[in-house]
Amino acid sequence: MSETAASPVPAKASGLAGGLLGRLDGVLLTLVAGAVILWFLPVGMGRYGTYVLTLWLVTAIAVMGLNLTLGIAGLKSLAQGAFMGIGAYITAILGTKLGIDWYTCFALSGLACFALGLVLGFPALRVKAHYLAFVTLAFSTLVWLVLRNEQWLTGGTFGISNIARPTLFGLRTDGALAFHRFVVVVTLILALALWWLVRSPWGRAFLALRENPIRAASLGIDIRAYTLLAFAIGSAYGGFAGALYAPLVEFIDPTPFALSASFMLLLMVVAGGSGYQLGPFLGALLAVALPEWLRFTGGLYLIVFGIVVLLLLIVCPTGILGLLDRGWTALKARFGASDGSRP
Amino acid sequence: MTRPVLEVSGLAKHFGGVVAVDGVSFTVNEGEILGIIGPNGCGKSTLFNCILGQLLPSAGTVRLDGMDVTGATPEAMNRQGVSRTFQLLQVFPELTVRENLILAGQEHRGSMLSRLFGPGDAGLTAEADRMAEVFRLGHLTKAKAGGLSYGQQKLLDAAMAFMAGPRLVLLDEPAGGVNLTMLADLKERLRAMNVEHGATFVVIEHNMDFVMSLCTRVIVMVEGKVLMSGTPAEVRADPAVLDAYLGH
Repeated sequence: MSETAASPVPAKASGLAGGLLGRLDGVLLTLVAGAVILWFLPVGMGRYGTYVLTLWLVTAIAVMGLNLTLGIAGLKSLAQGAFMGIGAYITAILGTKLGIDWYTCFALSGLACFALGLVLGFPALRVKAHYLAFVTLAFSTLVWLVLRNEQWLTGGTFGISNIARPTLFGLRTDGALAFHRFVVVVTLILALALWWLVRSPWGRAFLALRENPIRAASLGIDIRAYTLLAFAIGSAYGGFAGALYAPLVEFIDPTPFALSASFMLLLMVVAGGSGYQLGPFLGALLAVALPEWLRFTGGLYLIVFGIVVLLLLIVCPTGILGLLDRGWTALKARFGASDGSRP
Repeated sequence: MTRPVLEVSGLAKHFGGVVAVDGVSFTVNEGEILGIIGPNGCGKSTLFNCILGQLLPSAGTVRLDGMDVTGATPEAMNRQGVSRTFQLLQVFPELTVRENLILAGQEHRGSMLSRLFGPGDAGLTAEADRMAEVFRLGHLTKAKAGGLSYGQQKLLDAAMAFMAGPRLVLLDEPAGGVNLTMLADLKERLRAMNVEHGATFVVIEHNMDFVMSLCTRVIVMVEGKVLMSGTPAEVRADPAVLDAYLGH
C-alpha cells in the first residue's frame, strides 16, 4: 500500500497526460483495483448485502469531502450530514416533482452545495477550530429544521418516496447490482478527481493552510480563496453523496441528515485516518459495515460498536491509516530507508 | 546610483498604551544588506510584521519601489516580491524539503486554474532541487522537513524565502539556535545570494559577529525608536550603542 495523502507527489512530465503518468502512485492503483474488486464483489451476495456495500461507497463520498475540508485543509466542519441532506432533497424534489433526470439533479446537488459551502466558508475566515465547528453546527441544525418543517417542499416527516434510479446509456439501474455498479463508477470518478486535486499545487496549499496559515500567507498563498475552496469542494462532495443516497434508498425523510449524521461522518474521517486519501473508505466501512457485522449481539450492537470505536481511537488516535503509516515508517527506519515518502 | 527598494517612513505601532514601534524611518537600497539590531522587546519583529502586513501600523507609510503598500496583506506583499523568514521556525514539517521549496514558489506560477490542471510540482522540481543545493540541502530533498536538525530547518526556512525570486528578503533572526558550522554556511549562502543574484536583505539578528560581517549598514533600535544608523564599524564604535545595547 502506498498512501501519500499529506505529501503531494511532484510530476516530472508536463501536461495533463504527462502529469497523470508522473503521478502514478499507490493510492491511484488502490482506487482502481478497489473499483474492479467492488464491481464483482456483490455477485451472489443478495439484495441486502449489495445495499450495504453501496451505502458504504455513498457514505465514503461524503467522508471524502469532509476529509478534504477537515483532514487536509484543517477546517472543522459539522455540516457534512446537512450537505448530504441538501443533495438528497434536491435530487428527490427535482426528480419526483419536476421529472428532471438524475444527472442534472446530481450536478445541481453538487453545485448548490458548492455555493452553500462557499457561503459557509466565510465564517472560517474569521473564526477557527471549535468556534468554526459551532458555526457549522448551527447551519446543520437550520438545514434539518427546514427539511422537517417545510412540509410543502420536503414532505416534512412523511418524506419523499418513489425516487427513481438513473439510467446509463439506456440501461436501467433499478436492480441492486446494477445500481451498485453505477455507484462504483461514480465513486471512482469522484475519488480520482480528489486524488488529482490533492496532488496538485492546490492540495499543497490546502495542507499549508492546515499546518501553518501565517507562514502560508507569507509565501503568497491566498488564504481566503483556498479556505473558501476547501469548504466549497468538500461540501459539494456531501451534495454528490446525497444525490446518490436518495435513489439508493428510494425514500428519504429528515432523520438520516440530523446533526448526529454530521458527527458520524466526522468520526469516519478520524477513524479512517484524517488527511489520508484512502482513510474515508476505511472510516465509512467501520461505521456502515461494522454495525451490520455486530447484529448477532442483538440489542447490544450499538454499545459494542461504541466500545470498538473508543478502543480504536485510544490505540490509534491518528486513525487506522495513521497506525499503518507509523508502522511503515518504523519498518523503513529499521531497514535503513529514509526517503521521507509515506506508506 | 542605487535606488531605494523599501522606504519606511514614520512607522508606528501601538498596542493599547504600549508603544512597540515609535516613528521608525529608514530606506533599503537595491543590493544592500541592512541589519537591524537592538535588545529584546525593542520592537524589531513588530517592525517587520508592520512592514509585511502581519500587523496594521498605527501610523506611517511603507513604500516598495516607490509604491505605497502600507497595510497590504502578507500574500500581496509576497506577490510583489517581498519574502520573509520568521523568528521561530516556520517550515512545514509534514512535507519533504523539496515540497516545502515548491510550496514557497508555486503561487508565483500561472493562475490558480492553471495550477490545478498543470503539473503537480508547478514545474518547480528542478528549481527546488537547485535551491536545496545552494543551501546545502541537496542530499535531503526527499526527507521530511520535520525530521531535519534545527540548523537544517533554518537553512530550509531561508531557502524558501528565495524560491519566488524576491526583490527583497526580510530575515528575522536567521542565526538563532544555529551551531557555528551551520552559521558559517548560512552566512556564506546569504552573501552568495547577494553577490551573485543581487538579492536585497533586511536582517534582524542578535548575533553581533553575524550582523557585522554580513551587513553593509546597521540600524540600532532601542525602545521602539531608531537610536542610530551607520556602517558596522561606526555602530561598533558609537558609545550610545555600547551603552544602550551592548551594556558597556
